[in-house]
Amino acid sequence: MITANANTAPALSVEGLCVEFRTRAGIVRALDNVSFSVGKGETMALVGESGSGKSVTAYAIMGILDPAGRITSGRAMLGGLDLLHAKPSQLAEVRGRDIAMIFQSPRTALNPIRPVGKQIADVLIRHGNVPRREAPEQAVEMLRAVGITDPARRAKAYPFEMSGGMCQRVMIAIALAAKPSVLIADEPTTGLDVTTQAVIMDLIGDLASKMGMATIFITHDLALAGQRSARIVVMHAGHVVENAPTNELFAYPRHPYTAELIAATPDSAASLDELASIPGTLPDLRRSDLPPCRYSERCPRKIEACAQPLPQAAPGATHIVACWNPLPAPTLGAPILVASAENVA
Amino acid sequence: MTALLDVAEFSKLFPVSGASGTGSLSWAGLKRRFQGGPEKLPKVYAVDNVSFVIEKGETVGLVGESGCGKSTLVRALTRLIDASDGSVKLGARELTLTPAREFASDPDRARIQMVFQDAGESVNPRFTAFDAIADPLRRLRKLSGRTLRDRVETVASQCGLPPQLLTRFPHQLSGGQRARVGIARAIAVEPDLLVLDEPTAALDVSVQVVILQLLQRLKKELGMSYLFVSHDLSVVKLLCDRVLVMYLGKIIESGPAMEVFEHPLHPYTQALVAAVPRFGEDGAERLRLSGEPRSPIDPDPNVCRFYGRCPRGTNACKTTMPELRRFGARQVACHYAEDFLPKPEPQATS
Amino acid sequence: MTDIATSPPRESSLTALFKHSRYVLGENPVTGFAFALFVLIVLASVFGPHIVPYDPLASDTTQALKPPNAHHWFGTDQLGRDVFSRVVVATRLDFFIAIASVALVFLMGGLAGVAAGFFGGWTDRIVGRIADTIMAFPLFVLAMGIVAALGNTVQNIVLATAIVNFPLYARIARAEANIRRDAGFVEAARLSGNSDWRILSFQILPNVFPILVVQMSLTMGYAILNAAGLSFIGLGVRPPTPEWGIMVAEGSAFMVSGEWWNATFPGAALMVAVFCFNLLGDGLRDMVDPRRRT
Repeated sequence: MITANANTAPALSVEGLCVEFRTRAGIVRALDNVSFSVGKGETMALVGESGSGKSVTAYAIMGILDPAGRITSGRAMLGGLDLLHAKPSQLAEVRGRDIAMIFQSPRTALNPIRPVGKQIADVLIRHGNVPRREAPEQAVEMLRAVGITDPARRAKAYPFEMSGGMCQRVMIAIALAAKPSVLIADEPTTGLDVTTQAVIMDLIGDLASKMGMATIFITHDLALAGQRSARIVVMHAGHVVENAPTNELFAYPRHPYTAELIAATPDSAASLDELASIPGTLPDLRRSDLPPCRYSERCPRKIEACAQPLPQAAPGATHIVACWNPLPAPTLGAPILVASAENVA
Repeated sequence: MTALLDVAEFSKLFPVSGASGTGSLSWAGLKRRFQGGPEKLPKVYAVDNVSFVIEKGETVGLVGESGCGKSTLVRALTRLIDASDGSVKLGARELTLTPAREFASDPDRARIQMVFQDAGESVNPRFTAFDAIADPLRRLRKLSGRTLRDRVETVASQCGLPPQLLTRFPHQLSGGQRARVGIARAIAVEPDLLVLDEPTAALDVSVQVVILQLLQRLKKELGMSYLFVSHDLSVVKLLCDRVLVMYLGKIIESGPAMEVFEHPLHPYTQALVAAVPRFGEDGAERLRLSGEPRSPIDPDPNVCRFYGRCPRGTNACKTTMPELRRFGARQVACHYAEDFLPKPEPQATS
Repeated sequence: MTDIATSPPRESSLTALFKHSRYVLGENPVTGFAFALFVLIVLASVFGPHIVPYDPLASDTTQALKPPNAHHWFGTDQLGRDVFSRVVVATRLDFFIAIASVALVFLMGGLAGVAAGFFGGWTDRIVGRIADTIMAFPLFVLAMGIVAALGNTVQNIVLATAIVNFPLYARIARAEANIRRDAGFVEAARLSGNSDWRILSFQILPNVFPILVVQMSLTMGYAILNAAGLSFIGLGVRPPTPEWGIMVAEGSAFMVSGEWWNATFPGAALMVAVFCFNLLGDGLRDMVDPRRRT
């Protein structure tokens, strides 16, 4: 797995993203100041439970938010283009060609009345600059590249004739057909068997490294994220709470929520009694009096400083924690730049 | 001592109608249909000659990929569908003698209950939580009025549901609250055997912990046995005493949960365990299964169901179906199981 | 409890329904308008005959064919009857026809469809064939045929409308029951000891009802138009009974000679009523379906 080189420009950089939803029951402040970046060829995971805003982040970046949603501030820089403020025509050019997304339930994300080969060919023609005549053949090649046996025959099949795993491969083929530089995968293996999951994740990893493509995995499965990505960004209630290389995150999680999340994952415990649940509940995001740290009301490490706005990340920091009272870092080892109460001037 | 549930040579077959590739729409298929009658129709062997036992107070896990037949098996055990062949004994009573249709009014109906995967789907959207929990009590225990209300509130609080939530509809409850309603409904009639069909699959990890601990506590308090169906091996390892691994309608391995997952004997179980993401491991390619499972329609009874996908496949595998063989507390259906048995500890030399 | 969300205690379900209804009506002004109109129609049907200025059957040939004026707001018809009074009084009959047709087809088609969808097999086949037979006829022609064979009474008009709409209701109800047949909550109900009939009545029907409600509202509009159409060709209600369709039929003869008020006002009343019922469909569904409640 490739980790980002601090010197090269990131493939995608999200800065200060804020999203609101207008609902019957009030305004939901779904995302607040979400920032992260993914380097060229890097694999990153966006991890959080339901309500954390991870999918909303992806949808906002791709410009496919629900009509009730509004991006109130922030930028998403892809190359030199700000995706959040681009014209629809610019977005239409860039989506598919430079940035692509795969979705959670493959069979419903595919067009049910169009053969899969044609769906891939559509992308090739639109974004891949492939002449119409050659597109069907290249589509078959894409199907072969994603590991579908007998691709020439399968290209004529409809999504309902294929299994979940195969549909997911088709979706990957569609997303990667025009060789984008960034792939966002929104829970790509939820609903698939664990054996199929392993194969699909292998496939995405292989193709990404072959193409030098940056990948953002969105998942609620912390163990899966740990296995497949070089960097993990943990989200809670619309905030980024921790952003660190995978090894560091698991070796010494610094945000209390991250630590609790690890302790709640079944794989981390030897017996049921050792598993710990996370105290408290998600705050109601419709409130106008949300505290600056949305975890503070349920946090066992809450201190007085937590009523202030969250600390800003130091530029160039590799392990970012949005916390005034984070768990202690080891004193020896790799240098970490952490913005916290300790080193704020 | 009689086991709580004794399943012997149980099978469930479904006739296939209009499936592509099996020729029922072809001329040959039509000929077969008219000449042979319904017995000659191609059949899906959803569950094929399965035998196992659940003791009182045990938690048995059932794992397998989609299409392995665990849903069908579970629906047959809970008497929602009928068996094609074989026996299911609850204590001393043979359940297959009563058709599924008539079991709803049977006095033993309350002894086997089920918690469903998606509590949002399994509670009528027009019923309040109270109605949902009260339904089995009204029908099976004939409770009403004050007694009913008290019992519902007792069960609800046992499951961590405060009384003010009882007047809510499913869409007004969180995922965890809905799961509790499903559990409360299932235990309200104090069943002997509780079948749990992926009860935490739709829940966040933090909520899952709470629900699993609740299930553990209820089991001890009420002395139930559990049949826990799940695809999440980490959860099964924590909760279950024993585990059964199914593949294409057959049980291919069984044994104490910890042992089966630490030391799988069947190649499929090995691939399954290798595929589970673990903390502290990277995703380097290990044992990976290629291709798709064989067709469950009219499978060849002499060919191992895993043949073709198994990393090993010899002549023996395609000429003789491996039987489920016993090795101490473990059972495996593979000709080469001995190769994977843990080697005995060498004798200490003096 | 780590996952209990905090929210205010629930009030009784009746207060909740009332509040929810008020919310739905308030949120969408169109629904609110349709509902107000509906109330007006109901009031006209109930109190109409008592509050109209003239006896709808009283004819006065000296006053025949007078245009709308201060004494006769909608003018008079060829027999000197006050058009306004007749239009208002006709509301009761037309409204009754609408309600009765819809109730009858809901019972017949809804129950048959739900049984067909839930049990399948022969029930499904029989209901299907009955629906197919009805659909083989052009529906208005079939209605004409039924009324012509059985006689020009209000009951037969209601029956004809119900029969003609049977396939639609049966089809919708069948599809909804079929979807829910294997739903989790149906299996759970079986595990709780419910027989098939109990499941049909208490689990499936309450879920099918909201979907049929929208259809029922549209059918009310159709029923009135159907009755009006039958009356127009002489197979409907008999004169001198005031009914919008007959009034349009009789009044159409005078359109050419310039006495527009005879046909226009009953026609406008027809239009308003059908318009109102159509708009009401969505609003009713919002009120009845608990999933839409916050």
